[in-house]
Amino acid sequence: MAIEVREVNKSFGGTQVLTDINLDIGSGSLSALLGPSGGGKSTLLRVIAGLEQPDSGTVVISGRDATRLRPQQRNVGFVFQHYAAFKHLTVYRNVAFGLEVRRRPKAEIRRRVGELLELVHLEQFAGRYPAQLSGGQRQRMALARALAVEPEVLLLDEPFGALDAQVRKELRAWLRRLHDEVHVTTVFVTHDQEEAMDVADEIVVLAGGRVEQIGSPADVYDHPANSFVMSFLGPVTRLDGELVRPHDIELSAEPAGGTPARVVRVVRLGFEVRVEMRAAGEDVWAQVTREVADRLDLKPGDTVHLRPSAAGRVPEPSGLTRQAPGL
Amino acid sequence: MASRYALRAVALLYLALLLVLPVGLIGYRTFQHGLAPFIDAVNSPDARHAFWLTLEVAFWAVLANTVFGIGGAVLLVRHHFPGKRLLSTLIDLPLAVSPVVVGLALILVYGANEPVGGWLQRLGLQVIFSVPGMVLATIFVCLPLVIRAVEPVLLQLGEEQEQAAHTLGASRWQTFLRITLPGIRWALAYGVVLCLARALGEYGAVAVVSGRVVGETQTLTLFVEDSFNNFNQPAAFAAATVLAAIAILTLLVAKLLRPKDSP
Repeated sequence: MAIEVREVNKSFGGTQVLTDINLDIGSGSLSALLGPSGGGKSTLLRVIAGLEQPDSGTVVISGRDATRLRPQQRNVGFVFQHYAAFKHLTVYRNVAFGLEVRRRPKAEIRRRVGELLELVHLEQFAGRYPAQLSGGQRQRMALARALAVEPEVLLLDEPFGALDAQVRKELRAWLRRLHDEVHVTTVFVTHDQEEAMDVADEIVVLAGGRVEQIGSPADVYDHPANSFVMSFLGPVTRLDGELVRPHDIELSAEPAGGTPARVVRVVRLGFEVRVEMRAAGEDVWAQVTREVADRLDLKPGDTVHLRPSAAGRVPEPSGLTRQAPGL
Repeated sequence: MASRYALRAVALLYLALLLVLPVGLIGYRTFQHGLAPFIDAVNSPDARHAFWLTLEVAFWAVLANTVFGIGGAVLLVRHHFPGKRLLSTLIDLPLAVSPVVVGLALILVYGANEPVGGWLQRLGLQVIFSVPGMVLATIFVCLPLVIRAVEPVLLQLGEEQEQAAHTLGASRWQTFLRITLPGIRWALAYGVVLCLARALGEYGAVAVVSGRVVGETQTLTLFVEDSFNNFNQPAAFAAATVLAAIAILTLLVAKLLRPKDSP
């Protein structure tokens, strides 16, 4: 294991931010800490980096107990949401920083910084200052800077949070490719489930300072541990007192044991169709293909029969009767 | 429109009467008989001694306040501890307390007949009526200048760059030298210049603790007053002109340094 977190607790003032956190991050993996704002994910990342001290519990990095080590002794790379670029240093000197404080030979620094700038496509910006770069370029510089010291783990705190949507998407794909090239154990914090599913091998869902679930993207999406994870990871609707993914609802014209519902509105969103309905006095919506919508000839006022398909259903938190199968 | 011009006229007249006219007159009186009397006046042994003593006292006071100013600003901005607000208030005290009171207070502690001063005296260190006391008094009156110049810039600089440096393996000292200090350099320079100007012009506290021994503990400001009281007006005006010239120079430097802090 690259990172082992055991029974970590942390509070600020009177507020408990992390409660009994246990976590294993495998060597060479790319993991996401996913959760809503204030869920404790950034604090957990900072505890791993040594920027915060846990009140209790231990952090082990590459088999070495790092709980009492200062950040500079942990050999972790940390990338901040707002880049934390050294404003008075050029891009070259920013990336060289970790090597310079380690007093590596000049020639080695030059070679290594050259390689890294190439890796992050900033070769031609070596002489510029951070203020002369775009947000995406600054974040790539910060990444190169963190990688320069060959960290055992790379930690990224909402790395794309301050960028606009287009750049965000590009950097996401780029981080994924970079990880496939460099293979350093990477943990990034995000509140964007799409980003987590897109980039990570493993997702750790954190909310209210607790780990809600750990699993592969498919795992946490299809087999959520509870209603919170289910609704946080994707769209949900309610059918017969259960939470269901709208694309997991089968519509048919024949009763065949399904729940009858009246179509209220049919919205065509390009390749998919959103069907808004009322069943047993409750709003429910389903996401179907155009082909299904055309075959059933759905119009407002029609009656259809709804049946959730096999995958992931979770009882509502209020504890309504039926237990979801497969959990 | 008329009222605006009236306001300007009042402001200019006010400045002229209070500032431009007196300072200008000193310059005029200094040079009214040409350059030679001025050079003679500032070249007298007492004047030269006062000049170098002033620089010496100012140097040590600026050095002490620079170190304390950086340390104090880092303490106030980066750390949380009980009594922080009290400390912050105390730092402004020298601005409120009259320098004469500062001088008297220092005599009460470091005077040769007082416990602390007597102990130091036995160790061979005379504080009052000597250079160490003058440095102490000057440090006291200049205390807030560096710290208050650095504090807001340090706050604005934020902690992230320092944390990034830590994660990259830099020790606290390396981080301070390579990240924090370059980040506050202009504010620090501004504070140092202000501190220097204040130290060179200090009169009240130094007058009390120095004993005003001509050729020994007489700074330039004391020299000006002494010469004037002894009807040696050319010397008084010449030294005053030197002081004013240094002050104007430091203000110009401060003016040049100031805008670079706003990003």
